Amino acid sequence: MSDTTLVHPRTEAAPGPTRRAVAWKGWLGLILPVMLAILLEIGVSAGWLEGRFTPPPSKIAATLHELVESGEWFRHGLATGWRVALGFLFGAGAGILLGTLSGALPLIRRLIDPTIQALRAVPSIAWVPLFILWFGIFETSKITLIAVGVFFPVYLGVLGAVLSIDRKVIEVGRVFRLSKLETGRRILLPATLPALVTSLRAGLGLGWMFVVAAEIMGASEGLGFLLVDGQQVGRSDLIVAAILSFALLGFLTDALLAAATRPYLRWRDDLSTTEKN
Amino acid sequence: MLKLDSVSRTFPGGQEALRNIALELAQGEIVAMVGGSGCGKTTLLRLVAGLDAPSTGLIELDGAELHEPSADVGIIFQEPRLLPWLSVADNIGFGIAHLPRAEREARVSRALLRIGLAGFEKRWPRELSGGQAQRVAIARALVTQPKVLLLDEPFSALDAFTRASLHEHLLALWETDRVSLLIVTHDVDEAVTLADRIVVMQPKPGRIFTEIRVDLPRPRDRRSDAFHEVSRRVLDALDGSLSEGQSKPASGVSETAAFWW
Ligand SMILES: Nc1ncnc2c1ncn2[C@@H]1O[C@H](COP(=O)(O)OP(=O)(O)OP(=O)(O)O)[C@@H](O)[C@H]1O
Ligand SMILES: [Mg+2]
Repeated sequence: MSDTTLVHPRTEAAPGPTRRAVAWKGWLGLILPVMLAILLEIGVSAGWLEGRFTPPPSKIAATLHELVESGEWFRHGLATGWRVALGFLFGAGAGILLGTLSGALPLIRRLIDPTIQALRAVPSIAWVPLFILWFGIFETSKITLIAVGVFFPVYLGVLGAVLSIDRKVIEVGRVFRLSKLETGRRILLPATLPALVTSLRAGLGLGWMFVVAAEIMGASEGLGFLLVDGQQVGRSDLIVAAILSFALLGFLTDALLAAATRPYLRWRDDLSTTEKN
Repeated sequence: MLKLDSVSRTFPGGQEALRNIALELAQGEIVAMVGGSGCGKTTLLRLVAGLDAPSTGLIELDGAELHEPSADVGIIFQEPRLLPWLSVADNIGFGIAHLPRAEREARVSRALLRIGLAGFEKRWPRELSGGQAQRVAIARALVTQPKVLLLDEPFSALDAFTRASLHEHLLALWETDRVSLLIVTHDVDEAVTLADRIVVMQPKPGRIFTEIRVDLPRPRDRRSDAFHEVSRRVLDALDGSLSEGQSKPASGVSETAAFWW
């Protein structure tokens, strides 16, 4: 299965070849997973493989169906989604705020950037014990961890974008006597928006990654709880069902973010954000 | 109207870009500024535009001192500097966002018509040619109805044909608006085509070497003898300006004249 590539939503906007040219070649990528699924199905029903460890696609589908029918899927999905949403909100908010301040005011940059860069060197999961000590094992520590994961790419992206704004464009604002506030709204914001969107998407990807870590650490509900539960009761179909759910939600939220910002990026000269890649 | 009185600009590094510039621009006058590279032409325009401040001296517009960007002074840079995230129409209307919508739209569509780009309002800047983009930049500077328009080598990146057509556009706009133009150029023909007066600058430090009046009637014929005569005088002056201020006997176009930049 292509678990790993599915679990992490696309975080980088990679410019690819034009869509039409690869349309039929795109289908080539389906051959492998479809073959694998068929082999699994046949293998298990013929008794060559043990279904307890390698769930056949039909079993996974049945499990998913059951989860949705009983409403469990929505309860767990909502719990996870809520954590990601809050963590993303706080992390991205802090990243945008500090990234902008740090980029616009050299004094602030000298003050905070070295510390942030040093903290960035810490693998975020390493904070977990400390967060649990501080905030307990419930929601606060989870959301904090997710926020920390989201914060760094957003901070770096916004800082880089503000620093790389063309001085010539700022000068146009000066010629037309824009106030500081107007310069921010009419020049800084649109000029940094493409980088902001890219970094938000990267941050969202990390948010989904860290919610898994947070929920594996201990949770009574959430898709990550299903992962642990599946492992403890020895149901690989449940694990794969949860993995697929993560993939789906990660993909959907990323697509949503991209779609919501696309109208504001139509002016761009390249394919990276304007075209669905 | 516009008046520079003993204006000097020395940069923090000690580089003396301009020394003791005295220059006046009458209402509706077109003055071209030519001179070797590094003699402070861009610095001078930035001072007048309020993007930089003189070290000593005074810049006045209609008797009021200029020390920051003013609504009465527009500037066009060597590059169009359009904002890539705004449509052509929004770029042109960038400086008049404070006006009521109807007034703004009327001015923008009139400007588009006048620069020959009606129907282009919804385009993105990236969809324009270099000459079209520079025309949009001119329109953006003119919709605010400034009294003085500064142009810093505005057409130097364009081919000769486009340049000639933009000269016509610019003169047509000037004829209706009667805005004063101060235009920096490396192109002697451009200076003679457009200007009432040509200021020749001298480098190290940047000073005014001499001024040449151009009394040819408009529209000017680039092939006429009178036109060539003025061009020759400008080239001679440029020659002189580069030989350390030593006056040289005017002996036709010298070999170095063609390479004065
Ligand atoms: N921001 C600055 N800091 C220090 N020195 C500067 C600065 N801007 C310009 N100079 C110097 O001032 C002098 C005049 O520069 P300026 O750009 O005005 O020349 P110019 O006449 O426009 O030249 P060109 O024809 O090549 O455009 C140059 O020697 C330049 O090195
Ligand atoms: Mg210059």
